[in-house]
Amino acid sequence: MSETKKPAGYYLRERFMPHLWCAGCGHGTVLNGLVRSVDELGLKKREIVMVSGIGCSARMAGYLDFHTLHTLHGRALAFATGVKLSRPELKIICPLGDGDALAIGGNHFIHAARRNIDITVLILNNRIYGMTGGQYSPLSGCGIDATTAPYSSIDEAFDAVRLATASGATFVARTTTFHVHQMQQILTQAIQHKGFSVVEVLSQCPTHFGRKNGGLEAVDMLKGYQQNTAPVGSKKLENSPDLIPVGVFVDEERAEYCDRYQGVIDRAQGGAAARTAPVGQGGAAAQGGAP
Amino acid sequence: MGTKVSKSKNLIDSILINREWCKRCGICVAFCPKDVFEEDEEGTVSVPRPEDCIYCELCERLCPDLAITLVPKSQPETQTAGDAS
Repeated sequence: MSETKKPAGYYLRERFMPHLWCAGCGHGTVLNGLVRSVDELGLKKREIVMVSGIGCSARMAGYLDFHTLHTLHGRALAFATGVKLSRPELKIICPLGDGDALAIGGNHFIHAARRNIDITVLILNNRIYGMTGGQYSPLSGCGIDATTAPYSSIDEAFDAVRLATASGATFVARTTTFHVHQMQQILTQAIQHKGFSVVEVLSQCPTHFGRKNGGLEAVDMLKGYQQNTAPVGSKKLENSPDLIPVGVFVDEERAEYCDRYQGVIDRAQGGAAARTAPVGQGGAAAQGGAP
Repeated sequence: MGTKVSKSKNLIDSILINREWCKRCGICVAFCPKDVFEEDEEGTVSVPRPEDCIYCELCERLCPDLAITLVPKSQPETQTAGDAS
């Protein structure tokens, strides 16, 4: 871990601040937590690639001074897979919205999870398409009012945690923008985890979700996260199963995709022995030349 | 020195608010456990009671605008002072 704490501004492209997110938007709190995790891990800015899609969440890539790619709606994981396979030593972080990750990008999401490629996905779940004016998303759930559901939504929501788990992600967690200390811990774990990591962060959208659903302000929505959640495996959750579980659900090891792909390269090139031979020769030559 | 020295006193040198970044959402005012902040009718935040701060970092971490910087007492140099307005 890094010995000195750097100010948040070190990791930001301050020339683009203040950010475009609305007053009270939870996405800024996720940005805040992510910067702290990166600082805690002592990662260099050039070691991280942030790949985002389209939407409010995707704008995060613009504010961080890492390598950043702002790509197509739902396709961030396709681009991220390409980056990771060509430069496996880099850390890849994808901030996706609920629609970006599980509607438009739903197929990319389940297949990236199935492959267990070493990418960290943040699903910034505000249960609405904010940027385009408040349409309901596959994470809105029943009874939610949206621009496209003026008489309230009749669609059931995905459970992002269960979907990621069933698809094969090897690190799956959920937190909220209220649980800021937990958020940093979970983000740190997720970035460190080798394999496909999914962190669903419940993030408030006061402008579109809040206004259409009881006139909730950012503070009300944060209090809602405080009251309506319980740690996974806790007595509180056992007694009130309707609460939303937060915490780490899956943390396991399984062969990672880039490692498996290296195996394909080795086999195609005639086995590991043939591949390592030139390295050995190079080492001998270097030793010979040293004196 | 003198009246009412709370246990928490002297943890914080100052609480800086970057007014160019702050969007006046009121989250810091609502969640500070020690009521350090205050907002006026326009939502502009001030810090009338910095001495009550217990350095829980909740405001700094919750702030969606990354506009709050807590400067602890022991910190030898206040590099972040440039962010303040």
